[in-house]
Amino acid sequence: MAGGDWRLELWALVIASGLYHGLSPGMGWPLAVSAALMEGARERRGRAFLGALGALAAGHFAAMAVVLLPFGLLTMLVAWSREIRIAAALALILFGLGLLIYRRHPRALGRIKPSRLMLWSFAIAMAHGAGLMLVPIYLGLCTREELQEIGHQAALTLMAGNLAMALAVALVHTMAMIAAGGLIAWLVFRTLGLKFISASWLNLDALWATSLVLVGALALWAAY
Amino acid sequence: MNMRPDPTFYASPKLAMEAPAETYAYTLMLSPDFSQPDALGVVDVNPGSADYGKIVHTVTMPNTGDEFHHFGWNACSSALSPLTGHAFLERRYLIIPGLRSSRIYVIDTKPSPTEAKIHKIIEPEEVFRKTGYSRPHTIHCGPEGIYISCLGGGGADGTDGPPGIFLMDCETFDVLGRWEIERGPQDKHYDFWWNLPRDYMVSSEWALPPQFENGLVPEDLLANKYGHRLHFWDLRERRHAQVIDLGENHQMALEVRPAHDPTREYGFVGVVVDTTNLEGSIWTWWREDGKFHCKKTATIPPEPASKDDLPPLLQGFEAVPPLVTDIDLSLDDRFLYVSCWGTGEMRQYDVSDPMNPTLAGSLHIGGITRKAAHPAGAYKGGPQMVEISRDGKRVYWTNSLYSTWDDQFYPDGVPGAMVKADVGENGGLTFDEKFFVQFPEGYRSHQIRLEGGDCSTDSFCYPSA
Repeated sequence: MAGGDWRLELWALVIASGLYHGLSPGMGWPLAVSAALMEGARERRGRAFLGALGALAAGHFAAMAVVLLPFGLLTMLVAWSREIRIAAALALILFGLGLLIYRRHPRALGRIKPSRLMLWSFAIAMAHGAGLMLVPIYLGLCTREELQEIGHQAALTLMAGNLAMALAVALVHTMAMIAAGGLIAWLVFRTLGLKFISASWLNLDALWATSLVLVGALALWAAY
Repeated sequence: MNMRPDPTFYASPKLAMEAPAETYAYTLMLSPDFSQPDALGVVDVNPGSADYGKIVHTVTMPNTGDEFHHFGWNACSSALSPLTGHAFLERRYLIIPGLRSSRIYVIDTKPSPTEAKIHKIIEPEEVFRKTGYSRPHTIHCGPEGIYISCLGGGGADGTDGPPGIFLMDCETFDVLGRWEIERGPQDKHYDFWWNLPRDYMVSSEWALPPQFENGLVPEDLLANKYGHRLHFWDLRERRHAQVIDLGENHQMALEVRPAHDPTREYGFVGVVVDTTNLEGSIWTWWREDGKFHCKKTATIPPEPASKDDLPPLLQGFEAVPPLVTDIDLSLDDRFLYVSCWGTGEMRQYDVSDPMNPTLAGSLHIGGITRKAAHPAGAYKGGPQMVEISRDGKRVYWTNSLYSTWDDQFYPDGVPGAMVKADVGENGGLTFDEKFFVQFPEGYRSHQIRLEGGDCSTDSFCYPSA
C-alpha cells in the first residue's frame, strides 16, 4: 500500500465488517431475542435483552482482541514487518480455504451452555476466523507513519501505540457489530416477530470463506 | 447446501401451528413374526387427494427381524438457534432403528415423500462396537447432533452394562459414541426429551431387554421390577442431575412430553400400570428453583371383565387395565392425548392447568373386552402410538404396541390399522370416517411421523409469546 493515506478506508472496513458480523444471525442476535422472551416477567425483559447483547459483545470483543494483540506485539519487530504482513495474509487465505473445504459446523460449540453467552460468542467468532479478517486491516492501520519514523521512536512506545491500536480496532469493530445486531434483534423482539429469524437467515458460509481468502489475497498484494 | 433455512423449521411452537398442514404421514410397518422385512409406509393425508387415507409408497428394508418401533428426523426446528448452528440442515432424513436388531436405517424423503428411499444402513455391529449399547429407540435432533436412546446395554441379551443414549452425526450419520459422561443411578431406559434453552433432559424407564423381547414377564411385573423412575440430566454437561422414583408400584414410565413452549418448565409422563390397582396414570413433573418435582395428576381406572373374555395373562385379575402406552401433547401445550391400549380408549385431557388435567374428549375403539368398532372397518388392538398435527386439529394413531406383547394382550392378532380423529374447537374428538388405512397382509403398524414435523419431534428454542 505504498503511497496515499488509506486510513479512512481502513477504518470504514473495520466498521463494515462489524456491521456484517452483527447482522448475521449466526453471530448471535437471535439469542438476545430469545433471552428477552424467555424472561417471564415483562418488566425484566429489557434487562435480559441488554444483558444478552452485552455478553455477545464482550465475547466478540475478546475474540478480536485475542487475535489482534499478538500482532500488536509482533509489529515491534519492524525489520520483519513485511514478512509479518505476508504471514498474516497467508494465514487468512489458508483459514478461508479451510472453511471452504471443511464445510461442517464444529460440534464442540454444541456443548457450550446457553447461559454462557459470552463464551459462546467468543468461540463462534474464533471458529469463523472473524478476528483474522481484521488483521490485515489492522496492520495497514498501524504501520503507516510509524514505519517512516522508526528511527526516532523507542520500541516500547511503538509497541504501546500498536497495542492501543489493536484494542481500538477491536472496540470499534465490536461496537459496530453489536449496534447492528442489537438493532435487528430489537426490531424482531418488538415488531417484526420471530418469523423474521428464519426469513433473515441466509447461508453465507461460502461467501464468508471466500471473503477471507479475498482479503488475504489483497493484503498479500499490498505487502509486496 | 441450502441458501435458506428449511421452511419446516419454526422458531416457536406458535409459528409451527400456523404453518401449512401436513399432506403425508410416515408410518412404520412391522412384521410381527419376522417373516417379512419391516417397512416404512407413506400415507396420503391430504383430504383433497384421490388417495386420501391410502399408503401411496412403501420403502421395504432388505432385512427381516428388525422390529420397527419409533423413529425421528435428522433435523428439526431446534436448528434455528445460533447455539446449535445448524440452520441450513434439511429436515430430510428419517432415522429408523430396528428395536430388535439394533440396525439403523437412514431414509431419504427427498425429492418427494412418494420417492422415499434408503440412504444409508448402519449395521448392528457398528452400534455395539462404538457405543456398547443395543436396542435403539427414541430419536431426537439436538445441540450435538442426533441423540438416540437405547433400551439395552452390551452382550447378547443387552444386560452387559447399562443402556443409554448415543450420538450420531447429523450430516454423515456416523455413530459417534456414548452421550453420558456421568449417568448416576440410571440403569434402564426408554424415552427422553428436553428443554433446550433451559439446558436439561428428562429420561424414563421401560425395562431391560429380557423383560420385553419375548413378551411381558408377569412375575417381574408383579414384583415391580419394571422401570418406575424419571431421570433429569444436565444436557450440555451430559451429567445425571436428579432422579425421581414414582414408587415401585408405578410400573413402566414411558413417553416423556415436556411443554413445547420453552418458558414452561413442566411436562408429562405416562405410567402404564399401577400394580396395586391396575390403574393407568398421568404424572406432571416440573422444575422449581432448580429442583425437579413430580406428582400424579390423573388416574384412569381399570374396567371389570369376566374371566372368559380375558387373555390368560389377565384372567387372574378379572379386570382390564387401561394400559397407558403412549401420550402426546399438542403444540399449544393445551391438550394431552392418552392412549389406553387395554381398555380401547383415546382420551383427550385439557392440561391448560398442568397440575389439574381435565378430561375434554374421548373415543372408544378396540379394546381387550370392549372391541369397539370403527365406522369404516374392523379395528383390533387398542389406540396406541398417537401423533397430533402441528395445528392441533387432527390426531392420528395406530394399534400395535410391540410384537410379543400384542400377542399376550390381543391373542387374536392386531392387523395394522391407522385412524384419524378431528379435534373440536374446544376439545372433543370425532372419527374421520373416510380415514382408515389398510396395511398389507401380515403387517402391524407403529409410530407415525408427519410431513414437516409433528407434536413429538420438534424442539423449540424460542417461546410462542
